[in-house]
Amino acid sequence: MISRRHFSSGFAIVLATGCEKKNDQEIVVGGYFSLSGPDSTFGNDSKEGIELATEEVNAAGGIKGKKIRLVVEDDKSTTQEASQKVRQLIDRDKVVAVLGEVASSRSLAGGLVANQAKIPMLTPSSSAIEVTQGREWVFRTSYTDDLQGRALARFVKDELKKTKVGIFYVAQDTYSSGLAKTFREAFKKLGGEIVVDKGYQKGETNYRTYLSELKAANPEAIFVPNYYGDMVLIARQAKEIGIPGSMFVGGDGWVSSNLLEGAGAELEGAHFTNPYAPDVPWPSSKKFNDAYKAKYKREPPAFAAQGYDGARVLYDAIARAPQVTPEAIRKALTETKDFQGATGTITFDAERNAEKAIVVVMVKDKKFTFKTQLDPR
Amino acid sequence: MNVLEALITGVTQGAMIALVALGYTMVYGVLKLINFAHSEVFMMSAFIGLFVITALGGAANPLLAGIGGTLSAMLFASALGITVERLAYRPLRGRTKSALTRITPLVTALGMSVLLQNLAQLLFSARFRPYPPLMSGTLDLGGLRMSSSRLLILVTAVVVMVALEIIVKRTWFGKAMRALSANEEAARLMGIRTSRVIAMTFALGSSLAALGAVLYCLDQSQVYPTMGVVIGTRAFVAAVLGGIGSITGAMLGGLLLGIIGELVKLTDYSGGVDVLVFLVLIVVLLVRPAGLLGSARAEKV
Repeated sequence: MISRRHFSSGFAIVLATGCEKKNDQEIVVGGYFSLSGPDSTFGNDSKEGIELATEEVNAAGGIKGKKIRLVVEDDKSTTQEASQKVRQLIDRDKVVAVLGEVASSRSLAGGLVANQAKIPMLTPSSSAIEVTQGREWVFRTSYTDDLQGRALARFVKDELKKTKVGIFYVAQDTYSSGLAKTFREAFKKLGGEIVVDKGYQKGETNYRTYLSELKAANPEAIFVPNYYGDMVLIARQAKEIGIPGSMFVGGDGWVSSNLLEGAGAELEGAHFTNPYAPDVPWPSSKKFNDAYKAKYKREPPAFAAQGYDGARVLYDAIARAPQVTPEAIRKALTETKDFQGATGTITFDAERNAEKAIVVVMVKDKKFTFKTQLDPR
Repeated sequence: MNVLEALITGVTQGAMIALVALGYTMVYGVLKLINFAHSEVFMMSAFIGLFVITALGGAANPLLAGIGGTLSAMLFASALGITVERLAYRPLRGRTKSALTRITPLVTALGMSVLLQNLAQLLFSARFRPYPPLMSGTLDLGGLRMSSSRLLILVTAVVVMVALEIIVKRTWFGKAMRALSANEEAARLMGIRTSRVIAMTFALGSSLAALGAVLYCLDQSQVYPTMGVVIGTRAFVAAVLGGIGSITGAMLGGLLLGIIGELVKLTDYSGGVDVLVFLVLIVVLLVRPAGLLGSARAEKV
């Protein structure tokens, strides 16, 4: 049964076509995202934000008198396709820079190709620390899990004033167990106590046994760094067992309208960290929010805000670079400082990661509302 | 207390796995084919169940929506099961007498599974959809808390298993199935219309998967195109563990898997449920290669 996955995704063949036409009137920028497959909402949200940024820049006359042409490829939510699409963007489309992905596993795969080809890549959303580590050509405009885990620990300890906490995470998931690890260490360092610490099987749907055990340990808050799909089920079953939703704290994997549809009522009063909230009180966010709503007729999801920022930071670097070459763009990117984006102020550190504030979102009346912001430390 | 609760949860969980495992084992019994598309029939019927339940009013009208949704999902699954068999498996039957007799339908089954999964993604999108909460009550059984949906699962599973036992042992269809399983050619010579019996087996197995799917979603899962993989894997393991081809074996395998799974969750290896489950499978197969109840002499259906 396990082998079926390989059957479905192993047969793609990449044909490098010798297409050499070059148009001097445009700058070609590539993107690769999960436009189909299980993570399709991540990819499509990001793409909308990037398209909005591109439209704005082109409407204002483009960069150095040239229009930006955006080529976004679908990696079907798989790592194999991710590296193939990046290869294709570089070889066939001759892009000067690449934007992508959301999932860290796919950013790692695509980043390997971009880094070898010496084409700057910028991920707007991947948070695993390894994505940019040792890769001179890979940048990230989102915060890292490290930063997020530490911020969460401070939030639970200092703002929620909870000292006895339970942790419940996905044992086989890099994002989830990584975030649990940083949180665990930071929280203990702050003087807090972890009263119960439980990993669960990836893909699990029946959480009752776990939840009973969590409840029996009497924690004041439960930290659950997982994705929204699992969280809906956990919240529903927790209610059945008698754990209130307000006890839960999570990371940015929670952010999806699906969480509110599936368990908005059950999670009333729960908190999680995120790069963005529609009602975040920053002026640059307000501008983005209005533009997004005018174009797509809905509240911007966080991935759209991140995609928008990723693209704006890249275009800003291209505009500052003396020539439109991958080397010059890379250099300009490293010099990005205090860029006012929709998700906060972006400055790259020496590891090419953005140092920026993290937003804490609260579930209130089946809506995501801005609670507070945590500065990077 | 924790252990007792985990045991009860494990039994209900196992009962649900068994409902799906029955489909694998029955088809294997008559065709010696592992129907990989079974988990996709499960997934598709979960979608149909959701649509019908929503159309019938959802949580505002729980009884009608629940029963209507379950029955339509089962009907749909039967039709889908028969269609899959008719389109993908029947044309291959009896075509080759070489070593490929087993391999070709197996690959077709894999293909069918991928096809259905992608079709669902195309038709319904990859979005996660929750079932409306039809049964939200919790029963208190002398200190043990149990949601009413779990009790319903348990009761349904017991009823289904008893009914299945009667069908297989006492009816014309069951007798034909067993005959087919023992020797297809002889069964045909005795006047059994094998194609019809095979189609009926697919219909029965698929409708049980649909029943399992609706219960599973009401109790604990959301609906999305790849949802069949998780429970499908476990059900398949349950069928093999119990002895594939044996109906009682599938039930036993399901229960064992459910209970082991829940007990593991209480230990420090709580994140490795699947590791333990597969370990048990390997150990059992080393000792009894045909599975717990699947000896060569046992009655196969």
